[in-house]
Amino acid sequence: MAKRRERIDRPIRVLTEDIYALESLSRMIYVAAPSVFPVLFLLLLPLFTPSLYMQRVLILTAVYALLALSWDFIAVATGLVSLGQALFFGVGAYLAAILNLHFGLPPMVTLLVSTFAGAAIATALVAPCLPLRGVYFAMTTLVYPLLLARTIEATAVLGGTDGLVGIASFPNVWVERYLVLAFVLGATFALRRLLRTDFGLVMRSISDNDQAVRASAINITVYKLVAIYLASALGCFAGAYFTHLYMFVGLSAFSLDLSILPIACAVVGGMGTLVGPVIGAFVLVPLAEMVRDLGTLRVVFYSLLLVALVLFKPEGLMSFLERKYRQIERWVQV
Amino acid sequence: MLRSIFIYGLINSIILALTAVGFSLTYGISRVANFAYGALYVLAGFAAWVLLHRLALNYYLALFLAVVFVALVGAALYRFALIRVRGMPISEIIVTFALGTALVELLRFFGLFGSAYGLPPLRRATLQLLGVPVDFQRVALVVIGAVLILALWLFTHYTKIGLAFRAIAQDEQAAMMVGIDPDHMATLSLALGSALAAVAAVVVLPLGYIAAESGSNILVFAIAVCILGGLESPAGVIVASLLIGYAQILSVAYFGPHYQMIVALLAILVTLVFRPSGLFGKQKELEERV
Repeated sequence: MAKRRERIDRPIRVLTEDIYALESLSRMIYVAAPSVFPVLFLLLLPLFTPSLYMQRVLILTAVYALLALSWDFIAVATGLVSLGQALFFGVGAYLAAILNLHFGLPPMVTLLVSTFAGAAIATALVAPCLPLRGVYFAMTTLVYPLLLARTIEATAVLGGTDGLVGIASFPNVWVERYLVLAFVLGATFALRRLLRTDFGLVMRSISDNDQAVRASAINITVYKLVAIYLASALGCFAGAYFTHLYMFVGLSAFSLDLSILPIACAVVGGMGTLVGPVIGAFVLVPLAEMVRDLGTLRVVFYSLLLVALVLFKPEGLMSFLERKYRQIERWVQV
Repeated sequence: MLRSIFIYGLINSIILALTAVGFSLTYGISRVANFAYGALYVLAGFAAWVLLHRLALNYYLALFLAVVFVALVGAALYRFALIRVRGMPISEIIVTFALGTALVELLRFFGLFGSAYGLPPLRRATLQLLGVPVDFQRVALVVIGAVLILALWLFTHYTKIGLAFRAIAQDEQAAMMVGIDPDHMATLSLALGSALAAVAAVVVLPLGYIAAESGSNILVFAIAVCILGGLESPAGVIVASLLIGYAQILSVAYFGPHYQMIVALLAILVTLVFRPSGLFGKQKELEERV
């Protein structure tokens, strides 16, 4: 009596595919729940995390979620692997510090400027490497944060190894708490929507087969530039936000941690789904914080986790959850 | 001044060639960019240190065992991890990079830094070359490096395994047709590449001390040399090492010690932007850039 596992769509999923979704409340909830509940959960979270430490972990998580989202967006939209999210973070962080210290701009303005201008700077830096693929692009992106950090160290500009201190903080804690969460949510939904438009279709096909897209008389460099610009805007915002949060910026803004952990989040959550990396960040970053006492051992811990997931479970949390939500499994006789 | 720049530039170039040759070999044969390379280098130094100071083995035996150990680790890296993600560059990069990071951080956790961890040189002596004092280890290093690179060239051109390596590198399908197992060759290439990293480590590390941090530096230097010379090109490794080696020594002499790294990083960027196949690369242009 051989049996095998069969997966079929849930009846409610089939029923909610078109206008019949509006027929009953439960069907409407079924459709809306996957986007509404996570958003509500995120927006209510700061209200239920009383201690300062928990708030900081939450903010850190959101920052890593942004970086993971940015990494994943580059991968989905251009098919390139970036090993240097720290570049975007660092550029945003230092730009915000300079704008605040030398030009005396208030945090909200510096955030805005460093997000858009910082992304332009980062894109200009990465632009020459855009024709590269695979391993070559990964190597250049690995090099950039190191190069900038070493240059700052060697020339002692921008505070050198001491970093810049005395940067203004946010006007009040609620702005501080909600700003980054709102940005994470906005960015996730905006990028998902973007990928569903015609513009996004071209982006996704570039990551599948760039030669075929070129053969269709489409200039792929333009699309890659846009993708890098959007991704680096997320990274720059994260950096600028972090600078104002800690009122300090130093060489740690280019650290390797900022490049690896986002990749780990994306892998845990599911590469290529955009929402996955954010979920991954919310799983992995608090976990990594819990084991902070272990010192550098926690890097070992999440590096190994990353390897294990890539090797044995590359689909990620998001596809798993999506499958469970949409389909039922049952044993049937062969 | 000029004479010492000439001599130390040469020594530095040979050090770079030694550290880069393993990375280049692995990539050239199996197309795996081994981002764990720097970690394997540090691991070799640490293994040699343990064998020497904890187990009190004979000097040469300890170095030899350290090299063998790291070669086995390299082979295991392919057999148990990379084999599952072969041909998927994203996963290959993530796996080697993350394993390398894990290894380095693990060693750092066990307190691997500071001058307490050093390997003794072959012989404590100082020679005079063209009126410039050079210690014995550095001279030995130049000789070992030159011999090793020559031996590698002979190995890949005149032995059966060496020829199989080149066959796989040129055309995997055709090589399979004549009975060469690509997975077997890739395992061997990772083992050999790691062994070369280990040789570089046990020869170069006596000049300073073993530090977990040097892992990423070594990786960057190896990548810089390989990129500038062209990945997989043996002649390119030598020429690129000479170029970067002298550029580093000159910049250190005239600007400051921090610039050693900046030179290497700039070499990577400039080469990749303007000529991604490097000076001597034989890659197909389309494979690496659009």
